Parts: sequence; structure tokens; C-alpha cells
Amino acid sequence: MWRGRAKAERAAADAAERLMAAGRLLSRAPVSADGRAVFRTDQSVNDAPYRERWAHDKVVRSTHGVNCTGSCSWQVFVKDGLITWETQATDYPTTGPDRPEYEPRGCPRGASFSWYTYSPTRVRHPYARGVLVEMYREERERLGDPVAAWAEVTGDPDKRRRYQRARGKGGLVRIGWDEALEIAAAAHVHTIRTHGPDRVAGFSPIPAMSMASHAVGARFMALLGAPMLSFYDWYADLPIASPQVFGDQTDVPESGDWWDAAYLMLWGSNVPVTRTPDAHWMAEARYRGQKVVVVSPDYADATKFADEWLHPHPGTDGALAMAMGHVILRECFVDRQVPYFTDYVKRFTDLPFLVELEEYGTGGAGAEGGAARVPGRFVTAQDVGAATDADAEARRWMPVLVDAVTGGPVVPGGTLGDRWREGGEGRWNLDLGEVDPQLSLYGRPDATAARVVLPRFDQEQGTPEREQSTPEWEQGTLEREVPALRVGGRLVTTVFDLLLAQYGVGRAGLGGQWPGSYEDADVPCTPAWQETLTSVSARAAVRAAREFARTAEQTRGRCMIVMGAGTNHWFHSDTIYRSFLSLLLLTGCQGVNGGGWAHYVGQEKVRPYAGWQQLSTAADWVRPSRQMASTPYWYLHTGQWRYDRAPADALASPVGRGLFARQHTADLVARSARRGWMPSYPTFDANPLDLGRRVRRAGAEPGRWVADELDAGRLSYACEDPDAPANWPRVLTVWRANLIGSSAKGNEYFLGHLLGADDDAGAQEAPPEVRPRDVTWREQAPRGKLDLLLALDFRMTSTTLFADLVLPAATWYEKHDLSSTDMHPYVHAFSPAIDPPWQARTDFEIFHGLAREVSRLAAGRLDDACDLVATALQHDTAAGEAPPPGPTGPRFTLVERDYGALADRLAALGPLPREQGMTVKGVTVHAGPETDWLAARCGTAAGGAARGRPLLDTDVKLCEAILALSGTTNGRLAAEGFRALAGRCGTGRGLEELAASVAERRIVFSDTQARPVQVSASFEWSGKEAPERRYAPFTVNTEHGKPWHTLTGRQHFYLDHEWIAEFGEQLPVYRPPLDLTALGELPRPGASAERSVTVRYVTPHSKWSIHSEFQENLLMQTLARGGPVIWMSVADAEAVGVTDNDWIEAVNANGVVVARAVVSHRMPPGTVFMYHVQERLVNVPLSQTTGRRGGVNNALTRLLIKPTHLIGGHAQLSFAPNYYGPTGNQRDAVTTIRRRSQEVSY
Amino acid sequence: MRVMAQIAMVMNLDKCIGCHTCSVTCKQTWTYRAGTEYVWFNNVETRPGQGYPRGYEDQDTWQGGWRRKHGRLVPRSGGRARRLARLFANPRMPTLDAYYQPWTYDYETLTGAPLGDNVPTAPPRSLVDGRPTDITGGPNWDDDLGGGPAQLAGDPILKKMSERVRLEYEQAFMFYLPRICEHCLNPSCVAVCPSGALYKRIEDGIVLVDQDRCRGWRMCVTGCPYKKIYFNHRTGKAEKCTLCYPRLEAGDPTVCSETCVGRLRYLGVVLYDADRVGEAAATPDERDLYEAQLSCFLDPFDPEVARAAEASGIPHDWVTAARDSPTYALISTYKVALPLHPEYRTMPMVWYVPPLSPVVESLTATGHDGEDPAKLFAAIDALRIPQEYLAHLFTAGDTAPVEAALCRLAAMRAHMRRANLGEEQDPAIAASAGMTTASLEAMYRLLAVAKYEERYVIPTSYTSAGPGGADDGCSLEGAGAPGMYDPEGFHAPPTAAPRAEHAGTSLRDRVNLLNWNGSGRPAGLFPRRRGES
Repeated sequence: MWRGRAKAERAAADAAERLMAAGRLLSRAPVSADGRAVFRTDQSVNDAPYRERWAHDKVVRSTHGVNCTGSCSWQVFVKDGLITWETQATDYPTTGPDRPEYEPRGCPRGASFSWYTYSPTRVRHPYARGVLVEMYREERERLGDPVAAWAEVTGDPDKRRRYQRARGKGGLVRIGWDEALEIAAAAHVHTIRTHGPDRVAGFSPIPAMSMASHAVGARFMALLGAPMLSFYDWYADLPIASPQVFGDQTDVPESGDWWDAAYLMLWGSNVPVTRTPDAHWMAEARYRGQKVVVVSPDYADATKFADEWLHPHPGTDGALAMAMGHVILRECFVDRQVPYFTDYVKRFTDLPFLVELEEYGTGGAGAEGGAARVPGRFVTAQDVGAATDADAEARRWMPVLVDAVTGGPVVPGGTLGDRWREGGEGRWNLDLGEVDPQLSLYGRPDATAARVVLPRFDQEQGTPEREQSTPEWEQGTLEREVPALRVGGRLVTTVFDLLLAQYGVGRAGLGGQWPGSYEDADVPCTPAWQETLTSVSARAAVRAAREFARTAEQTRGRCMIVMGAGTNHWFHSDTIYRSFLSLLLLTGCQGVNGGGWAHYVGQEKVRPYAGWQQLSTAADWVRPSRQMASTPYWYLHTGQWRYDRAPADALASPVGRGLFARQHTADLVARSARRGWMPSYPTFDANPLDLGRRVRRAGAEPGRWVADELDAGRLSYACEDPDAPANWPRVLTVWRANLIGSSAKGNEYFLGHLLGADDDAGAQEAPPEVRPRDVTWREQAPRGKLDLLLALDFRMTSTTLFADLVLPAATWYEKHDLSSTDMHPYVHAFSPAIDPPWQARTDFEIFHGLAREVSRLAAGRLDDACDLVATALQHDTAAGEAPPPGPTGPRFTLVERDYGALADRLAALGPLPREQGMTVKGVTVHAGPETDWLAARCGTAAGGAARGRPLLDTDVKLCEAILALSGTTNGRLAAEGFRALAGRCGTGRGLEELAASVAERRIVFSDTQARPVQVSASFEWSGKEAPERRYAPFTVNTEHGKPWHTLTGRQHFYLDHEWIAEFGEQLPVYRPPLDLTALGELPRPGASAERSVTVRYVTPHSKWSIHSEFQENLLMQTLARGGPVIWMSVADAEAVGVTDNDWIEAVNANGVVVARAVVSHRMPPGTVFMYHVQERLVNVPLSQTTGRRGGVNNALTRLLIKPTHLIGGHAQLSFAPNYYGPTGNQRDAVTTIRRRSQEVSY
Repeated sequence: MRVMAQIAMVMNLDKCIGCHTCSVTCKQTWTYRAGTEYVWFNNVETRPGQGYPRGYEDQDTWQGGWRRKHGRLVPRSGGRARRLARLFANPRMPTLDAYYQPWTYDYETLTGAPLGDNVPTAPPRSLVDGRPTDITGGPNWDDDLGGGPAQLAGDPILKKMSERVRLEYEQAFMFYLPRICEHCLNPSCVAVCPSGALYKRIEDGIVLVDQDRCRGWRMCVTGCPYKKIYFNHRTGKAEKCTLCYPRLEAGDPTVCSETCVGRLRYLGVVLYDADRVGEAAATPDERDLYEAQLSCFLDPFDPEVARAAEASGIPHDWVTAARDSPTYALISTYKVALPLHPEYRTMPMVWYVPPLSPVVESLTATGHDGEDPAKLFAAIDALRIPQEYLAHLFTAGDTAPVEAALCRLAAMRAHMRRANLGEEQDPAIAASAGMTTASLEAMYRLLAVAKYEERYVIPTSYTSAGPGGADDGCSLEGAGAPGMYDPEGFHAPPTAAPRAEHAGTSLRDRVNLLNWNGSGRPAGLFPRRRGES
């Protein structure tokens, strides 16, 4: 049978063959010799459908505007008046002839953006919650007044409760624009009049990627007197270590500078996923011989590019870095000296500076080396009677070092004391002159050995056996001797000597608990010690350290560490990062092209900074504005402090002095506010407009008046009773953001306490014995503090689902704006490909509409307002970072507010940039010529409150003003700033030449529309840039001797604040991930006894979304798994009987998540990933645990504040928005996972 | 010698970050429409993994490509008679499940949900019939090793390997494989089409489906071993990657290339001897197919080749472009690019530079650090990605060419590291990889610096009268140049089909201003009116 068929087939084939041959003879077309192919040109084909598909009418340049730091320029294709698709622009200015280019920039998320334009999740019209609108309309009808109607609806507890309970449960109805703006304006006017402008707040993050859209709303808030909430610290993207070490928010190399690195560590940063458009630099730099080491607990996407993969347990990265530091200190500073390193640390770090060794009370005095001591404050000019020409105030801020030539203490130039004082002009620089800083006191004949007690935290999770076998002194502390001198009656040593002790690098003759060798696993910080904590082999750690140091020595600092959320979102991220930064500082990599830290998490660089800052804070009209640190704000206002069951000193150092004893973290938040360290809004239990009126009437100095009222008990801080209705925030506007679905750590507490919606939290409140002392505990926690949640968006998000009012915003392809980033050196434009469709409006138009409505309703209600504004002690100001001795407090200013003029002012440039100048990072420039230029370019207001002022009444004009008022885009201002800097730093340092080199550069908006334009160097930033030079931070410091904005003017290893000391973190130190159980977190009550695993719950950045955006985009979901997923290891999946794509539930005290499992051997056992931010928009069933909708990724987290982040008023440890403040960290979470019923319902 | 020109693509997998931007931009441009919901002309697969459609490389099941039979090549799916017998019921056709069941969500819920008890969510709905659905598969289901050993072990390559690969945490490896149509020199899809609808363009080698002639038999879906021909269930026609010919004709790179943020795609002209293709494809030992295909390519610097090319009707600028061609350089000069599955015998024209990968810990622990060339080369066979895996993808299992390519990449890195660190140059490094310092640096420039105009060298379109054909100046009349087709197809040599009638006017004709003498209307500049032929 089979044979027969084969035979028949053969016969048929032969016949066909003959037929074909015959056909060939008949055909005129040539045929290949083997008869395989025929070449025809005589036959028509229809390939038209693809030509028609490709045909388009217009290509428009735009980009994507928020929460992504890519700042990629895109071409948007338009056909028949519709947006069809987008591809990346490729016309970036060149980086030079021998380097790769930035083209193309973009990622799959951006490439799928046009889906949103016409998607079914587009917000097409204004929406409001039906129950609210009905009640409002009724009262509006009855009372005939919008403000009265709002007052009635929100003032009636039953009505209030009704619409608050409906939040997040659907029932949105379409309303008209006029009504929507009227309701929103009425809410603002009512709240400002009744409760005060500081009860209103605005949230909109990451301005760099759509500056005008951000600035217009922030400007509206600033004119109202409403606080803008910070985002960088709140996102836990702010590396607190940066202000601590550099005195700078964050300044990092553009990705093109990766090319210059000879050694690249990707440490907790999954570059292909999170910095997709930049990843090619890493891939290509390898071909230039760059070595790449990836440190990641999972086999992350970046690992494929690595020469080596190190996979420490999540959160233990600091231990690996400490061990690498141990090796580098031993081999490059003690056993051998590398001249480049030694020279670098002497000039650019605080290592030679002197620290006092204070007596430690309980340290067994009488032992060898005298009394046990702990590291204290920096020794200053005042302490040693130096720099007597300076005033006493300034001398307190002048740390000293020992000159190796004279052997005596000297005050080098460049310290904070020289930054602000009169007479310090020309002295604030890093010139050492004849002075040779002495790094170590070791070997000095007059030095003695001092016994120092150092904390260790690696045993927090130690095994019981180990604790039993270890002597008590070794539990939590170490004793090591350092060489010390007596100076000015104090026993002192250098930071360097302390650092060696901290890293366990011993020297002959110094007693104490030193490791015997690298293999000694019992004592910090040896390679073998880190292996016990991280699982990374000691040999690998030694090898990495040696290669790192050797490359840095050979290349003079071209080693770079790309660090990211994987190592930054932890509670102790600051200590982790400081241990990384130490590697870079020791090897002279910072301030060098191709070297240094490259922190890429939510970093936002508004390159045209000065203009954006002026306009977004309305500093052209009124100063100061209210800027709030979000983490303490939400900690208090969402009630999360009530669930903090650990005392504030739970994580304090064993050698601390008990500063936090019997305190709750909420008490420390309040203390920080009272001291003016952190801002606090609402500030008082009274309306600041009432207070302002009273102060004005009294004719008193505001600060004095407030102090008197506080003393008399007639006034108190709102943060001391956050649950009192008088102290609630009332109106919150969210735009360019998805606060509720995305960044809301402790999401369920937001839903319950802030919004009054249903929530899934199951945590227990703090028991009476650990409750706050200074902050009032109300038995009944409030539910539903906010009167109005207003959201502007083009798509539905968790925020719009819970909002009372949703306004339809234009997408990024429908407006003008500006974008920049620190990943590349260009600014480029958004231009509308189409006008906003349906009833959508640009953010610009919405806020102007809202402002007009507020101005209208304010008439007769908010006339002649005077606002008592409290602000925190500010970084980069004399009064803020070097306050006089004694207790500090907030600064108080009376600000006149003309709410009737608000709309006019919003739309025009005010007089202050010319009259008072614009101050950025301590440098003031005056925008006189720019004001005139803008008047000519934009026209002037013909009448109204801003008559004669340059108009900012369109988004294009606002963009133009941002560019005109910034140094990076306006060389005249940059030059003025550099010359001002030269006045403070001293001439002859090349700053004047720098000024001259940029003075003629100018970028206007149309330039940025044509193609991306490279900005130039400016006083606004710490690095230099030019067409053939990549931006690297701190090159102005290293090449021009400009000090860092720190206490010593150098990069800091050592922090001398008493709260830092209380936490034992004066120097880099290893602190493990939090043990939440030890901190009082309990399992969820009633959690089932079913098969479950308890795992670390990590939420890295996603491949298929930018935070929540694109998470519901059909293209992205199709390439992903179609809904929320949790990645788990094969072992963990097996333990609970889960196979790939099974439905699972993650449950802990804070909430419940329902997702599908992705099982992969890429994952290490014991850790699961839920890529953030997966929210509930698509494919989230009801949970089996509670019967309610499964939660967002932040349903399993709760805010934990690290007290040291609350410090202020102390040199670089001072507040500025998004510069210093507690992080909303979320990495230390733990959850249980179990397989749930596979039958799901929605 | 019959010189022909082909636009070939090279993808440097060593630079691929697996971001799928190419997939998205391609999808949005070409297949984001009804009937092609499940279609990705360009997709990216995590390997190891089953790919898209699932397990497509298992030709025992899918019967794609060619096989040798009695010294001749026949489509694996059988001769004409067998294909005829299966015209109406083809068990070798992947079902939608093998691709995936496309879905969407009930998004309206988000804005339109009435006041209820819970937060609204958009549940999944089938994109085929609109009904509630469970999402159990997708075009990128294995992404980043998702699915774990239980699923990834279904990777047909893993099954082929002699050495057992352990899919475990410590031994984890992965890389990404972006795929488009291979625009083969010996396309089996063209061969098996019963309607003669598939053709390979003479001028640039692009393989296309004539949308008028296609009758929807779907033999091409089976015949293509790469499963890169798709059935549009709305139009009932086959569709496939067009290599973005409307862009290429204008000298622009394909969408997938230009939008590749990894900057890993190269496009350029490769000249080949069409008379050699049949014989090369029938090379007995499949491990020799890589070399056999290489031998078809012609050296554009050879004056004789240039003369023959011009005699074949290939314009001068195409010959020039062939000399500047990055793809020719990577394939033939530096020999770092390799064909995907040469054993399918279709002579694919999208080639790949194999990926380097971290060396396993055991090796680093013994001192290999990527800086000492001798140790580096010793370490090549200890890379995380087993060489045998790559060999089964690119060289029919022969590890030697893979190793050679990886060694050249490693040598480039070693050489450049010395330059980077300011160390003395060592010509022995290049020599050890069979290269010179100069060629190593030229390759470095092409792979690392990779400027736009060096990645894409695309001459603008021309019309070919075909090899030996006279150029009568009218060749652009009509609807585009048809290409070669395989007479093995089940039909007599095709005759001109009637032109598709489009409603009203049609813009489909191309303009030929070259031969326009300035008087009258040039053909194709204006749309034809109804009734005008």
C-alpha cells in the first residue's frame, strides 16, 4: 500500500517534471539552468494593499510625558486626520565620530502609546461620581451658590459618607465641562476659606518629561498657597545617600558616558528593561573592551550581557560592597598606596577631616586604650580656635584637618563656613595650597590608640545557636582601636582611620577585634563574612574588588556602578548606596567621565531647571511656595502611623544614646516638623489665612508671634493630632500621575482612611504601650478625610476610579510641551499630532480654566487674604543649612494672596525674576533681559491684574519662558551664574572661561520642535557638557575646584548628625533587610492554614509597562501574560502545588493580591517578584480571602519611615523638595503565597 | 553565473535586549487590523523556549522546508500529489492555539460600570468571538524564561541536543531571538503555493504574496519552516513580512530595523549566483549547508562579478551598495553572522551574530576574567549558553562555526580592552581569531559604533528586466515587477491575471519619471480613473 503510493507519487512527479519542461519551452521568460526558478517580468501582481497601508499624511514629533526617564523623541504618524502609529526619531545631534549615537531612542511601551488615543479606556468626557453630582446639584439648585452647595454636601456627615463610600465602586456619570470646573473651583474656594490653602494639595511627579504640563498645575497650586507633594523621595527613588554624600539631589552621567567606562557594574539595575533606549551603550561599550558585572538576585535581562553574574540574596548587596571596600582599603591604602587614589581622597573627600572621639558611658573604662569611645562630631575651627578672622557663626561650620607638613590642624578652604559668610568670597574652593592633608594619624609619634566601639547589625537575624556561642560584646558591637591625637582638648582621629576600623582593616599595633584574613567569616567586613550573608563566594567578591580597583588605577577612575531600584527601594537603601559610593570615592571614580555612580531610578532632570523652577513655584509672583515631603504626609494622613507597632528606637544602634527612647516614629515626624527640619502641611490646627490676618493685625514678626501663640497653648501643630478633622487634607488634585494605583505604599490604608472607601487591610493597630507620646491617639481612626479627589487623565487608572471628579486630559500626542532627562543631553518638544479629541483638553487649558473659575468664585469670599506660610530650613541657603546654635524651628513668612488675580497671574510672568533674581543651588541670576525678550516674543497682558506683564497664556509661551529663564538653554544666564560662582570660589579657576564658552548659546522652542537640541553647561548642574563631551556629574567640582554642597565641601564618608549617630550610621555600614516580624508585624488574622509559603515580596520595574501606564495596553498585555502575575521560583511553586499560569493569592497583614503565577528557574527560591505597578484595571478577579477585588501591588506594603531621613537644618542634611526626606520604601515586604481556587469571578 | 541582488538582514543577537520594540512597531504598522490579530510579522522569542508558534522548529510535526530525496530537493510537506491530497484537510497546519487565542478586555467597564460593590476591572474577552476567555497562551509566553523547566523543556532545540541542559537557577541562561521572514533564496513557501501567488522579487529578493492571486490554500503556512506566513482569516489570504518594501524602495530601512533600540539590525545588498542556489541547497550533509550557502554569495569587489552584475541588469549603485554592505561584511568578510536553521535548505537571508554570555562561575573562580585572551578563548566553550544550542540554531549542529564567530567577538573585546586601558597592542589576539588588527577594528566599528548610515546601506529601488532581459524602458508599467516563482508549483506557468479592480481610482501604480520625456502624462503619476486601463 505504502509502496504503491510512493510509486504513484514518483510517477506523478515525473509526469509533472516533463510537463514543466514543456511549459518552460513555451514560456518566454528565462528559467534557471536547474529548472528551479523562472524569472518573469511580464506578470502583474497586487502589492498595493501594503503601499496603501504605509501611506500617511503627516509625521509629527512628540514624546511620552511622565514617569519614564527615557525622554525619547518620537515620530507620530497621522493618516486621514487620525493617529496611526509611532516610530522613533533618529535625528539626535551626534555624539562624535568614534562613538555610537543616541538614535534610535524608544521602547515597546512608547511604541504602543498611540493605542491610547482611541482606546476604550480613554477618558473622553468629564466624569463625576453620580451620587455626589446628584447631591451637589440639589444643593446648588436649593442654595443657588456653588460654594455653599459644596459646603453643604461635604459638611453633612451623612452626605459626605454616602459619596465617599461610593469611591472606587463605579457609578461615574458624564457631566459637562462647565459644571466640572465649577464643582472643582467651589471645592477649592470653600476649603481655602474654611480650612486654609494648606488643606489643598497637588500631586504631579517627574516634571522633566513634560515640564509645561507639570509647571502649569504646580503654578496654580503655588498661587493658591497649596502644597505640592514631593515624588522622588515618596517613590523611594531618591537615593538619600546622594544628599548625604554629595550634597546634591542626584546627578548622574548621561548614558552616552557609559561608553567611557572601562568597568561597569550593573547593581540592582536591569538596564534592558528599565533603561531600554540606553541599554545599547552597555552592549556596545563591551566591544570597546568594557567589562560588565551584573549583580542581581534573579537571572535578569541584563545578565545576558555580563561577563560575570553575582547573585546575592535580595537586600544584602551592602555586605558585598562592604567586603569589596575591605579589599580595596587593605590592598590599595594599607598594604600599598595608589598615588591616584590617595591624591583623590585627600582633595575630594572628607577622609582627612578630624572627628572627635566621645566617651562612651558603658564601655568598660579602664581597659587598654583607655575609655571606650564612639565617633562624634567633626572638629571645627571653633573647637580648635582656628580661622579667627571669620565670625563665630561661620567657624562652627568649618571642619578641620591635619596638615602633614606642619603637623597641626588647619581649616582648608571650601567648607560650609566659607560658602555663605561675608569675607568668604574667593575662599570657597578646593585649593589646598601648601597644605598636605594627613589621611591617617597612624605612625605619628604623638598619636595614641583609642578604643572605639562600633555597632554591627549583621546579627539581627542571627541564628540562636550563634548567639549562644558568641560572647555578649560581639552581639551588636565591635571594639577596634584607632590612632588618635589630642587637639584643642579633644581626642580626635581622622575619618580615614575610622573608616579602616569600620571596614575591619587592621594595622599592626592597633588592638581590637580585627579579622585574621579575608577568610575570617566571623568579623565584618571580610569577603568570607559577606559570603555568609549574601551567598556570593568570597573569591568572587575579592576578584571583583581587585578588578575594579585595578581598572580604576589604570584608567584614572573610569569605573562605573549603574545602580537602581533593586538596591535602592529598601528601608536601608542609604546605607546600601553609601557602601557602593565608597568604592567609587576610594578609587577616584567620581567627577570623572566614564566613572562614578549612575543611579537610574525615577531620577528626573529638568535640564532647563531655573526657568521651570521659577514658573512651577510661581516664584515670579509670590515667595515662598509650600513644598511638602510626601512620605510623612501620607504616613500621617492615611493613618499608617497607627499600625506602626515598633518603637522608634527598634533599629537604633546598640551604642546609641537613647535619643528615641519611648518614642513612636510619628513623634519623630512631629519633632522634625517642630524643628523646621521637614515641612508639615497642614501646619497648624488653624487656617493660615486667619493666622496671617492676625499676625498682620498684630504687626508682629511672624516667627515671634507663632512662638508666643504656641507657648500660650493657643496654637498647635497639626501633625501632633493628624486625625482631628481640623487637620485633615481636604482637596487633592492628581495629574500626570496615578497616585492611588501606583505609588501609594500602604494602598489599602489610602483607600480606607484617606478616601473612606472599602479596604482589605487586616493589620492590627499599635498597642497602647507603643503608641506615640506627643502625637494624639484618637480611639476612632477617621475614614474618609478627603472631601475631593480630582484627577486629570486621558486613561482610566486606579486614581480615576476612586476620584470624585475625572477631567479628560489630552494625551502626549495632543499638546505642546518640553522633555529632557539625565539619560541624554538634549531638550526636545512635544507637538500635537491632532487636537485633543472628544472633550479632552490639555492640562494647560484645564488649569487655566480652573483658575478662572476659582478667581470668579473667590470674589467676595477670599478678598484681601494674607497667608502665614511655614517653610522648612532649606538646603543651599545660609539660614537653612547653617542655622545658629540652639533649637531650630520652621521659618514663617506672610504672603499676600490675591485670589481674584489668580487667573491673570497664572497667565503672565511676574516681576520677581528681574527684581529679586532667581536662585538655584545658592547662585542668584537676574532675568532682566529675558523678561524683555519674553514680552517681545509673547506679547504683554492688555489689562487685568497682570497688565503689561509678558504673557504665558499658551503652552508654547510657557515652554518658551522655561527655556529663556534657564542657564542650560540660555547661555547669558549660564554665564552670569558661572561668573557669580567665580566670585565665591575665586577667580582663575576656569569658571570665567566656562562662562565665556556658553554665553552665546541659546535654544528657543522652535529649535526643539525641529530636532532634539543639546543643552550646554550651566551653574544649575555639577557637570560639564559640550557637543563632544558627555555629561558626567561633579566634573565642575573636580576640574574647577568648586566645592560640593556639603559640610566639608567634599564628598562625605562621614555624617556627624546626632540622629545619624543614634542609628550607628556615621560611616557606611551593612544593615540587613528588615525583619518585619521582629518589628511587630503580625500575620493576617484568620489567615487560612492552607498550604502556603512565606516569601520576600519584591516589586521591580516591569518590562511591559511604565509603572501603571501601559499595564492595561492591549499590545503590552498580549506580549506579557494578559494580567497581573507574580514570578516565583520552581521550588516555591512546587512547595504550594502551583504550576505555571495558576491563579494564586498573596496575602499579608496589609492586603491581598490576586494574580497568576509565572514559574521560572530564573527566580531564586524564597523571593517572588510582582512587577510594579500592576493594578486592578484588567483581569483581576475577586479574592478568595476577602471576596473583594484583588489589590494592587502596593496592597501588600505599608509605609515605614527611617528617622534619619527626617533630619534637617544641618549642612547637606537639610530639606529641599525631592532632595531630602523620608523615602516611601517598599522593598522589605514579606507575604505568604498560596494556590487559590482556579474558578475565578470578576 | 547569474548574478542577483538580495537585500539581506543581519541581527546581532549579542546586542539584543529582548525589548520587543521591533515587534510592536511592526505590528502597529502592518498587522494591527481585523484578520491579523494573532499575526506578528516580527516576533521575539526568549530562548530556550518554544517560540511562536509553539514548537515551530519541530519539522517532524510541521513538515516545513525542504528535504533531500533521491538527490533532489522536495518540499518536506510532500510532492505535488501529496499536497493536492491535503488541499482541503491539512493536518500539518498549526491551529490558532499553536499561535495563541487573541484576546482583549471589556474596557468599557472602567468608565461605564454602574455603582456596585467592587472596584471595576476589565475582564478578558476573546478577540475571536467576544466571549469571556481565560488567557492561557500568547505570542511571547516564554518571555524571560517564564514557564520554567516544565514548559521550556518543550523547546525543539533542547530536545535535539546530545548534552542534557539543566534548566536550573545556577545554570540559567537565556537570550533573545527576533524573527522575521527569512526572504529565502530557495523559498519553500513559494514552491508549495498551488496558486502561484507567492513570488520572490527579482530586483531585491523580497518574498511576497500576490494578494489577488492568493486563494487561501495555506500550503505556504505549512511549507514555511519558520512559520512566518500567516493566514488572514478576514480576507482569506496569506500574509507575510514584506521587508517593508514601500520603505526599502525609498532607501529607508525596515520599520523593525530603524526602531531597534538595541541597534542590532543591519540591512544591505548581497550579490549571489542564482545558478548555484539549487545545488547548494541540495548539499548532502546538512552541516555543510552553511558553507554551501556562503559559496553562493559573490564578492562585489571582484571586477568580474561587477561586470556580470551589470550584465544581469543590476544597476551600478546596487553594486556599489553591495561593496558597502554591512550584511555582506558580517556574513562573508568577518564571518560572524550565521544563517538560522540552514538545515531547512531554504537558504535563509536573515542571518544572526550569535550571543556571548557570562562564563559560568566555575570558570571565573579559576581565574578567567575576560582580559587574558588565551584564557578567554579557552572559556568560550564554557559560556552559559551551550554552544551546541547555538549550533542547532545556526549551523545544523556544527559547533565549529559558532565557536569561530564567538572567538572573533571575544578577540575584538580583548583587543579593544587593551586599547581602552592604554596597554600595548598585541597582533596575536587578532591572529588567533583568524583576523588582522585592522579587520578587527573595522568589525568593531561596524558592531560597536554602528552609525545609522553604516547599519543600513539601502540603494533605492530600480526595475529589473530580469537577467538577460532587454531594458525597453517600460518595465515599470503595470503593477510592480513580479519575481521568480517555482515552476514546481502545482499549476501550469501562470498567465497574467486580470488586474484587481479598485473602487474609483487606485494609487497602486508606481511612477516612472526616469523615462518620461516631459510630454504627456507619465505612467502612474496620476491615479487611473475608473474604466481607464
